[in-house]
Amino acid sequence: MTPTPKLAEFYMRDRAMQPPAHHPGYKTSVPRSPRNALLTLQQTVSEITGPTFGHSDIAALDNDLTLNFGHGGMPVGERIILQGRVLDENARPVPNTLVEIWQANASGRYRHKKDAYLGALDPNFGGCGRTLTDANGSYAFRTIKPGPYPWLNYVNSWRPAHIHVSVFGTSFSQRLITQLYFEGDPLIAKCPIVQTIPDPAAVQQLIAALDLNSAVPMDCLAYKFDIVLRGRRSTLFENRLEGN
Amino acid sequence: MTQSLHYLKESASQTAGPYVHIGLAPGAAGFKTFDVELGQTLAPAGVAGQRVHIEGTVYDGLGAPVKDILIEVWQADSNGIYPHPEDPRAAQCAPGFRGWGRVISDFDTGVFAFDTIKPGPVPGRNGSTQAPHLSLWLVSRGINIGLNTRMYFPEDSGLHASDPVLNSIEQRGRVATLIATQTAPGQYHFDIHLQGARETVFIDI
Repeated sequence: MTPTPKLAEFYMRDRAMQPPAHHPGYKTSVPRSPRNALLTLQQTVSEITGPTFGHSDIAALDNDLTLNFGHGGMPVGERIILQGRVLDENARPVPNTLVEIWQANASGRYRHKKDAYLGALDPNFGGCGRTLTDANGSYAFRTIKPGPYPWLNYVNSWRPAHIHVSVFGTSFSQRLITQLYFEGDPLIAKCPIVQTIPDPAAVQQLIAALDLNSAVPMDCLAYKFDIVLRGRRSTLFENRLEGN
Repeated sequence: MTQSLHYLKESASQTAGPYVHIGLAPGAAGFKTFDVELGQTLAPAGVAGQRVHIEGTVYDGLGAPVKDILIEVWQADSNGIYPHPEDPRAAQCAPGFRGWGRVISDFDTGVFAFDTIKPGPVPGRNGSTQAPHLSLWLVSRGINIGLNTRMYFPEDSGLHASDPVLNSIEQRGRVATLIATQTAPGQYHFDIHLQGARETVFIDI
């Protein structure tokens, strides 16, 4: 009889693919980065668990940023569907996980009391959405493509068009916030925040691909963006973590 | 050539940026989209346990308050049970308790504050017991990858002595960075220092 694999810890992060805390080219990281080594922890029940969410947490329009601000008109900008899957490093889908996004409008302006950029606010665009992945780990949003905008890192730094993406997974150790960039954007390679990522392949993994097959004719374009969370060991021969 | 292993790689983290509130706390950004914002209440009224209030400030390496920090809290209930299928006692977890919440600092002062219930001790590895703790995850502008740490309660010093996390800190002077101070019954103060002489112990979970 084949023993049933048991789930244990999550794979350790591949730090060669992740930005270091301290990256002088992104100036704000200089005073906000720990300088001591992180404490290495063998995961316990506190790390292999995390919050769960359900459909009662989400309303019908939460994933449609063209409508969810609810002010009666359509936002200005390039209408897009953003869709993809949440997978783990074992290429298994992560179902029923909360995906949240936020972004600037087509002018590159955020609806935030601290954003004073002269790009105009759009009365029909808030800029946040959320959804749960389905049983296949798939998710979808409808939104508009955000504009690039300037920021004071160097005096003439510009962010490429991007959408912030927050994902939970099934445990606190999978918690991830990242940014989605758009295929073909010449600002990606020049961005000090993108450049915090040490591995070119890891940057490519954050660039959403134009997906004409998922576009809606005469309505909107589509981009595909898969998100990968840490994978988890399954073990045939070891005991489970004590207490789990 | 060897065989391929076919693993995917975890997507790279990117900073949550200064406008993280739009996505995760839109009310604080200054507008309303969702009927219910997630994470605003850690322990709704009626959840069993000792109510606690926790207040503090996150400081950068130059001693300035980080006024745009967002902290997520994950914790067990008062019996040390997580509301999650991987906890074998999950069915006994306090009803109505999600164990998770979001906390943001005041934009002007940098002070954060939240209310919850005190968690119970939770099992550790190899038969050990972990002292009551909150798991914290910090994101903001300038933080390239979310920072994990824990907050412990000062009155549990007996359990701290055998806590596997606190025990694994080699520089013993740094243990105190993970332990809140009590300011009144049920009231705690917990500052986090991202960098500098008092740098908080951050954990690679």
